[in-house]
Amino acid sequence: MTWYVLRRVLQMIPVFFGATLLVYFMVFFMPGDPIAALGGDKPLPEAAQARLREEFNLDKPFLVQYFLYLANIFQGDLGSTFRGQSISGQLADAFPITIRLAIIAIVFEAVLGIAAGVISGLRKGTWIDTTFLMLSLLVIAVPTFVLGFVAQFVLGVQLRVMPVNVGRDPSWENLLVPGMVLGAVSFAYVLRLTRTQVAEVAAQDHVRTATAKGLPRHRVVSAHVLRNSLIPVITYIGIDLGMLMGGAIVTESIFNIPGIGFHLWDAIRAGENTKVVTIVTLLVTVFVIANLIVDILYALLDPRIRYVSKS
Amino acid sequence: MSRSPDTLPGQHHYVAPSNEVPLRAVDAVDTEAEPRSLWGEAWHSLIRNPIFIIAGIMIAFILLVALLPGLFTDNDPKFCELRNSYGGPQAGHPFGFDQQGCDVYARVIHGARASVSVGVLTTIGVVLLGGAIGAIAGYFGGWFDSILSRVTDIFFAIPLVLGAIVVMQLFREHAGVVLLVSVMVVFGWTSIARIARSSVMSVKNAEFVTAATALGAGRTTNLVKHILPNAVAPVIVTATVNLGVYIVVEATLSFLGVGLPDSTVSWGVDISKAQSALRDRPTLLFYPAGALAITVLSFIMMGDAVRDVLDPKAKKR
Amino acid sequence: MTQTGRISFREDPNPELRDGELRDGQASSSGHDHASTPLLDIQDLDVTFTTSAGPVPAVRGANLTVYPGQTVAIVGESGSGKSTTAMAISQLLPRNGAITGGRIEFQGTDIAAADRKQILALRGSEIGLVPQDPMSNLNPLWRVGFQIKEALVANGIAKGKEADRRVVELLAEAGLPDPERRANQFPHEFSGGMRQRALIAMGLAARPSLLIADEPTSALDVTVQRQILDHLDHLTDSLDVAVLLITHDLGLAAERAQHLVVMYRGHVVESGPALQLLQDPQHAYTQRLIAAAPSLSSRRLVSQRERARTRQDAEKAARARDPLPGRHDDGDDVIVAENLTRVFSIRGRAPWEKPTPFTAVDDVSFRLRRGTTTAIVGESGSGKSTVAQMVLKLLEPTSGQVRFDGRDLAQMSSKELFELRRRVQPIFQNPYGTIDPTYSIFRTVEEPLRLHGIGTRRERVARVRDLLDKVALPTGVMDRYPNELSGGQRQRVAIARALALEPEVVVCDEAVSALDVLVQAQVLELLNDLQSELGLSYIFITHDLAVVRQIADDVLVMEQGRVVEHAPTEQVFTDPQQEYTRRLLDAIPGRSIELAGSRILGDLEEAQAPTTDSMVSEDEQEQAVRGPIASEGEDPYTTGGVV
Repeated sequence: MTWYVLRRVLQMIPVFFGATLLVYFMVFFMPGDPIAALGGDKPLPEAAQARLREEFNLDKPFLVQYFLYLANIFQGDLGSTFRGQSISGQLADAFPITIRLAIIAIVFEAVLGIAAGVISGLRKGTWIDTTFLMLSLLVIAVPTFVLGFVAQFVLGVQLRVMPVNVGRDPSWENLLVPGMVLGAVSFAYVLRLTRTQVAEVAAQDHVRTATAKGLPRHRVVSAHVLRNSLIPVITYIGIDLGMLMGGAIVTESIFNIPGIGFHLWDAIRAGENTKVVTIVTLLVTVFVIANLIVDILYALLDPRIRYVSKS
Repeated sequence: MSRSPDTLPGQHHYVAPSNEVPLRAVDAVDTEAEPRSLWGEAWHSLIRNPIFIIAGIMIAFILLVALLPGLFTDNDPKFCELRNSYGGPQAGHPFGFDQQGCDVYARVIHGARASVSVGVLTTIGVVLLGGAIGAIAGYFGGWFDSILSRVTDIFFAIPLVLGAIVVMQLFREHAGVVLLVSVMVVFGWTSIARIARSSVMSVKNAEFVTAATALGAGRTTNLVKHILPNAVAPVIVTATVNLGVYIVVEATLSFLGVGLPDSTVSWGVDISKAQSALRDRPTLLFYPAGALAITVLSFIMMGDAVRDVLDPKAKKR
Repeated sequence: MTQTGRISFREDPNPELRDGELRDGQASSSGHDHASTPLLDIQDLDVTFTTSAGPVPAVRGANLTVYPGQTVAIVGESGSGKSTTAMAISQLLPRNGAITGGRIEFQGTDIAAADRKQILALRGSEIGLVPQDPMSNLNPLWRVGFQIKEALVANGIAKGKEADRRVVELLAEAGLPDPERRANQFPHEFSGGMRQRALIAMGLAARPSLLIADEPTSALDVTVQRQILDHLDHLTDSLDVAVLLITHDLGLAAERAQHLVVMYRGHVVESGPALQLLQDPQHAYTQRLIAAAPSLSSRRLVSQRERARTRQDAEKAARARDPLPGRHDDGDDVIVAENLTRVFSIRGRAPWEKPTPFTAVDDVSFRLRRGTTTAIVGESGSGKSTVAQMVLKLLEPTSGQVRFDGRDLAQMSSKELFELRRRVQPIFQNPYGTIDPTYSIFRTVEEPLRLHGIGTRRERVARVRDLLDKVALPTGVMDRYPNELSGGQRQRVAIARALALEPEVVVCDEAVSALDVLVQAQVLELLNDLQSELGLSYIFITHDLAVVRQIADDVLVMEQGRVVEHAPTEQVFTDPQQEYTRRLLDAIPGRSIELAGSRILGDLEEAQAPTTDSMVSEDEQEQAVRGPIASEGEDPYTTGGVV
């Protein structure tokens, strides 16, 4: 177990550096001079541009830039925008909002997705299974932003049960619908994955043996079918946590939620490269850590993994 | 030891009449039936699956629309007159007009090409790149595999939509199908690579590969002639489902303004434009979104149907 | 559970007494009138499966009666409906299977159409199950003790601390050493034999009156199989549990049951008292089955004289060749293995843990004479397959050498190696894995010809046709694909492929182990015929001593990587020198049953010789061979996930 965890942590390190370097490269090593473009029609004076270049280490070799940047991040200094605003300050407000949004999405997709998936998997081929399956296909086929518009239009404009725009400092209730929209596609995937897993496990030999020893059906399902089939589902949900952070761009821009995605979108539009890199780095970090937690969770849930590390 | 005299009721020596179950020759071959390969078998059960039939017809139709939109409409999707702005349905314009006065029906028909080509090309690129990397990692294993797997993890850590937004924004001026497809391939190949890797790994230890080695087949022969043909099924399944997903991603990026340029006729662009008029003209959103949903649905249903016949575990149930 | 005579149990303190009691169907600790009321009475049972191709009858009009305390065996090949019949009793059929006719009377009540509640009341507490495959029948995520405890709690036997105590007792009763520790372990920490014992403990936990044992030991090594069956016998006997034994092995059934039911294609073709059925089979199918069962016949298949002649020819041909430089003069011996050793190093779980060397093959030497068969026999972990791999040069020996036709395999150039691939051919165990499912039969058999650039396309077609004819497959199969053929047919295709290059040596690695008895006999017959026709030399790797007698001239008995006995076949069977060999021989089910007359062979002394319970070493062996655990293959359909 120790080695398993250690191994995962060791594997996480190159992934973290690789992914952040990739992001840094994409943003800073691309054509166009962000500083020159900063002033818009009236470029900043040469001296000011040079000062900015120095401040953001843009005059140094690429790899040096990257490591200086990372070093700052590790010291808790997320840097500032080219216009001099503190990134940490902006993100400190935004992060909790997006996390709240993600929690709603995760709870929604996990609870409803697993519940529907279990029912579907246990009653494969019945009308209720077909209904759930069709529902999941529909949710996957309709893009999240269309779903967002429709929710906004129907619930916000016509029924007025939610504000059309969420705005600053949203409450949990205000985030409920956007969170569900954010988690909708994942809900469909969780449903489908759970369904497949449950049906597969239910057909396994050890489940028949559990039935044969006289366990009542609910006991067979809860102790033997569910536990075994939920392991990959939990893995998926964990990885999805990282994905949702990215998906927040769309949802937050539709509902005007001042979260991370909103800021990221704003920064991309404004060419605020430092801010883009910082946010994407944060998102990648969340993703990598979520993955690590999933791996450890996996080992806790499955004794076979604890026993041997997968090669 | 013979206990026949005192056998218990129901346990006397019973012999079935010999004509009840005629004895077959041991292990006889049925020479009557038509020969059917593994793929032939899969095809045989596919064409009996209504989901496959429906999805297949829809996909064929969508491809036809994408290739020859002229068959379905004579109207130019880029011919827009402001006086027609928000005009209702009329003869020759069944879906009415959008804000700029463009014919909505024509735009929906012509929009298919952008979505389908992005979906198809991205899928091809992802299968080639991800398939190659995954197959190599799985086949050679060892250090090679470790390095390739970490590279895969690195790219996997950046979600497709997120990576594509960042890069597409930087290259806004060069936006177009080629750039969009390239970017989606760069951030999308990992899903196929992981599947190809585990599929090749499970096939390479199969006994028939060892048997071929013992017959004198070399490594390359084994890889090309035995391993790849047997490892390709899960890749096909995932690629089909993903094709639908790529179309959604294209629409999402176009909606955010970083996908295909505004000048392109595409469902994503039209949905994005329809957003502003949602209150007054919800149907403007409905048509392109509906077309998109039907297309995506078709590919996902196709993927599901194919999985049902190719995945041995699905078959068992 | 009683026996048809001489077999007794090492655990049993008083065999004669019990035998006598049960034979009259009167043995009873509970005082029921066993003789008059059947415990289980199946009448005209029909079971049908619904498939995409329509309804498929699995069982038709089956009749079967079991009395309390009795052992009844259902014997049949795969697909005969034997397991389906048993599973129908407590409604454990797969979802697409249903009872479509007949009655299942259990303790006088018809339970064929019983509702869920009634069946629930019977499962575990009245009808127990010991399933077939110990590897897949325990939930990998729960401790073994917990899974047994569940059975106690669900059937209201015990709960809480009391149940925990009972679990340990049950495990001990099932013959598991150190039960307290074992109860707290997970299934993957158990060997196959231990898991099977745990499953027995589970099946008997609530003291059912009927135990369904579905091929309870088929997945295990013969010696372990014997121990476990003996133990099961003893347990069910002392608990007065009736057993419905499902098996493909007629010898095993005859040895363990009083009453046999033979099933064929969903029908009961013959049933009756075990011995009577064996000695006086009436139905053509039963006769065929008995004739084919290796454990019952155990004779050499082909006349020795014919083979002797072909051997002389082969030897003559070999002598005619001049020994080349760099070649050993091995005379008649086409393959010579000298001091073969193979050490695997098993990686520790973490890099700081030292790798443990594991000697899979330890100083093995043998010679294979031209035109003869040398069998290598051993249980799992004996290293027999590793030897085969080294002979095929699929694996390099750590030390020692293999010579083929006087030439050391290790020093072969790539050209010579390619030549070796032509002259030495393998046939592997698993008929479902050994041929590429995407290749047609023609392509499969043609592949070696093409690889070695032999003949034009037309010549190759003619050759493939010829080869298929040799293995008794009609030419019509050429366009077919493996998925359309049965296991035995696939194995014959594999043989045809192996013969395509006219090899001199064929290495058969468990080539018939996965086949049904009748098919197995047929393939063995084929191998023997081909040997006398073509002068082939075989190395025959198997775990089944009964098969050895049918095919081999010499036998190598291996145990934990070492050769424990090496002798001509008849000598091994009539006069085994080593304790281990004797144990293997004893473990052949039904060996003691004489078919011709009513005389029972085998002496009591032999049967009562204590067999050491090698639980621990068995565990270690298995672990060592597989490495710490074979990591579960990742499923390509689920690893990728979505974008």
